[in-house]
Amino acid sequence: MGTLNFIVLIPFLTALLIPLFYKKGSRLHIGLLPILVAVSLFIYLLTYIPDIANGKTFLHTISWIPSYGINFTTYLDGLSLIFALLITGIGTLVILYSIYYLSENEQLGHFYTYLMMFMGAMLGVVLSDNLMVLYVFWELTSISSFLLIAFWYQRKRSREGAQKSMLITMSGGFGMLVGFLMLYAITGTMNVREIIEIIPDLTGHVLFVPAMLLLLFGAFTKSAQFPFHIWLPDAMEAPTPVSAYLHSATMVKAGIYLVARFTPVFGGEGVWFWIVTGVGIFTLFWGSFQAVRQTDLKALLAYSTVSQLGMIMSMFGMGSVALNFGYSTESVFYTQATFAALFHLINHSTFKGALFMAVGIVDHEVGTRDIRRLGGLATFMPITFTISLIGSFSMAGLPPFNGFLSKEMFFQAAIDITTLGVFHVDTLGNLIPIVAWIASIFTFVYSMIIVFQTFLGPYKEERLERPANESPIGMLISPLILAGLVLIIFFFPNVLGNYIIRPAMASVFPSLATQVDLGVEILRWHGFNSLALWMTIGVVLIGIILYKFPKIWRWIYVLFPGEWSFNSLYNFAIEQGEKSSRRFTNSYMTGDLRNYLMYIFSFFILLIAGAFVLTGSYNFTISDNAMISTFEWIIVMSLMIAAISILFAKSRLTAILLNSVLGYGVALLFVIFRAPDLALTQTVVETVTTVLFLVAYYFLPEWQKEQGTRKANLTKLVVSIAVGATFTVVALAAQNNRLFERISTYFEDSYELAGGRNIVNTILSDFRGFDTMLEVVVLLIAGLGVYSIIKLKAGKRGKKIENQ
Amino acid sequence: MKINNVILRTVTKLVVFIILTLAVYLFFAGHNSPGGGFIAGLVLASAFVLLFIVYDMETIKNAIPLDFKKIAALGAFLAVGTGFGAFLFDVPFLTQAFDYFQVPFFGEIELTTVTIFEAGVTLAVVGVVVTIILSISEDV
Repeated sequence: MGTLNFIVLIPFLTALLIPLFYKKGSRLHIGLLPILVAVSLFIYLLTYIPDIANGKTFLHTISWIPSYGINFTTYLDGLSLIFALLITGIGTLVILYSIYYLSENEQLGHFYTYLMMFMGAMLGVVLSDNLMVLYVFWELTSISSFLLIAFWYQRKRSREGAQKSMLITMSGGFGMLVGFLMLYAITGTMNVREIIEIIPDLTGHVLFVPAMLLLLFGAFTKSAQFPFHIWLPDAMEAPTPVSAYLHSATMVKAGIYLVARFTPVFGGEGVWFWIVTGVGIFTLFWGSFQAVRQTDLKALLAYSTVSQLGMIMSMFGMGSVALNFGYSTESVFYTQATFAALFHLINHSTFKGALFMAVGIVDHEVGTRDIRRLGGLATFMPITFTISLIGSFSMAGLPPFNGFLSKEMFFQAAIDITTLGVFHVDTLGNLIPIVAWIASIFTFVYSMIIVFQTFLGPYKEERLERPANESPIGMLISPLILAGLVLIIFFFPNVLGNYIIRPAMASVFPSLATQVDLGVEILRWHGFNSLALWMTIGVVLIGIILYKFPKIWRWIYVLFPGEWSFNSLYNFAIEQGEKSSRRFTNSYMTGDLRNYLMYIFSFFILLIAGAFVLTGSYNFTISDNAMISTFEWIIVMSLMIAAISILFAKSRLTAILLNSVLGYGVALLFVIFRAPDLALTQTVVETVTTVLFLVAYYFLPEWQKEQGTRKANLTKLVVSIAVGATFTVVALAAQNNRLFERISTYFEDSYELAGGRNIVNTILSDFRGFDTMLEVVVLLIAGLGVYSIIKLKAGKRGKKIENQ
Repeated sequence: MKINNVILRTVTKLVVFIILTLAVYLFFAGHNSPGGGFIAGLVLASAFVLLFIVYDMETIKNAIPLDFKKIAALGAFLAVGTGFGAFLFDVPFLTQAFDYFQVPFFGEIELTTVTIFEAGVTLAVVGVVVTIILSISEDV
């Protein structure tokens, strides 16, 4: 048994259990179950640190669809361990926070079910080694994110935000799937491990670059990189714990994980370097530039997350060049960017998580998060103020907080990359440190806005929903722990560097790690000779000036008209898409069942008869057939009489009864041809459908002869005859078709293979059990569909819950 | 639907038990002779439908206080669950196992995980058929 696989499955099982245990108003809070699961998973994962730090990795496979190379393979190495620890660790804190944040009147059962589903899916993404399994979990994170954003589904904006995030991340995921399939076509394997081993010889493959681009498409949409970042600010309609967890600490980092994981596959290529670095660095700039103008604190944090994700992304791009050189001291030099990326990834989760929670507390206590209405909260909420101060200063890159360390390393990496001799970095590459520096100034400005405009300045009680008060201690624990980590990491960065980041470096650069230690000593003080330090000092000085005198530069925002944004492009596309699909659908969905039957039958004729004509397999001989007995003649004749009589039936009841004559007649034929299973099934199905007919009888309109035009009647006649003819040909040709070897001999061993003598049943439930399983699911969906269409008819309840 | 028909009611009382017994027989027979989960489910469903037709809806609902939607869901859960259950024994998804056991009084019997799967199929069929027929006929 693979305990690793169970780490992924346990949250899903918990998600299943929550609805069973959830009762409104019970004494034990339902959040206790998920928190227990999350914390145990976190502690369990912690026990892997010593082994992983020593360079061990863990791999376990459970066969899923072995014939297609799709197996539930989990792989734990340094890289996945970082993410798994973040997912479970931040998850624990977020659940703890949410217990106090969400009121008991909310649908907590739904909330924690979705949250656990997300946790399992996210662990699945980072632990899967199989492309297809990774893809499935990847889409599951999008689905659970959709459900969580739309948690307050009564609000129009929540629904729109959820739809937007799903449309963008899912289209990216779909592109990624195509990229995965291309990788499979290139390498012939679904396992990431094997792909990394094989790919160096195949980089010239024609699909190599398209696969790379599609994979990056998936990564960029998920990690909200420019220009796909537009979904993230709208996703802030979710409850704050969700924003803190999914939309800053974990899910949006899935794209970064993908880039890191596939660096050994694509890294070292010029295209990869320029796209990842370029998009990352521009996202860094654009996110911070947009963040400054936001007035909603959560929107501000959303743009700042976009920007920080861009920064991490760009560092992975810079680090990837190391693989271009093979092993040398020079290549090891460039890997430092990746080290900084991993370091900042962890730091960002700590300080951004703390900030989100602090903003949530402010929102929860005073009822608004509009910075124009806030101010002077420091005296009322000193602890929240301290947390925000630590988080913001760390984000701005100031000492003594962990953000300072990774920001310095980022500047250093951006400077170092300009010395790179390949990929034409000597021309365009000089822009990298400049853009990074400008973006950091904006980062500094919005970090200051968060702290000072919320907590300092005049207190405006009349503009708040509720007077300010410090929140209950329960809500403060989680952000306090994160803020504590921000400080601890600053003072002991190398513990993290040695035990967590160094093994992850080995995952990103497997070819280099075997020859040299990729760990980096994280220094708090680089000396005055360090250009990075002077860049930081410049950021602070110019940042203070810009913050103090916003009037002198704010006019640049007016330069770009509002309707030129990607948001309006998205809205336009959605609007047009809805319009044209409605037009298209209305053109053929006439509401008349006769029309629908015509579509189905015409398509059937086209497909089956067309295939017969194309393959020329319609020749058949009837010479081998057995004689037709008198009894069989009688049954067939009565069937034919019944069928023709339906056409002349005067009432609907007669038609239904004649129709069942057909059904029972066929059942009788089955009996004669010694197929008891089929006869039994046919009889019972016939009975149940007749009842169904009679039940639906009440709702059917008056039975009347249709007086169609001559042309319409003629079309119907042609289609009917063609369908009948096709069926006859199929039935006759099926007997003579010998395109394949008979496979029935295999099933004749059913007693040996499946322990049952009834071949039909062993095929249904064992040999082809997968089909049956899915059919059962389809049946359930159909049943629930009928139920909900009938029971939940619009207007029946007379209550519209939308758009509150 | 309210039919006051003494003969039909009296016959139904008897026949329903025969149908139910037949369903149970078909369910267990399915492994080696004609029958199986799907048919058993349909037969069970037709027994319930017969009851609903002959007696009025409320009486039967009080007599059989089952939520057929939940039964259908339980069935689908069982069927999919046996697939995942295979993981516990480190074998591929949906692998079924069977063995023969000596049991006092019954002699040698065969126990197989397919039975659980089939039970899922049966429950899903019963649940869905009854749910559909009930919800259509109630929507008057």
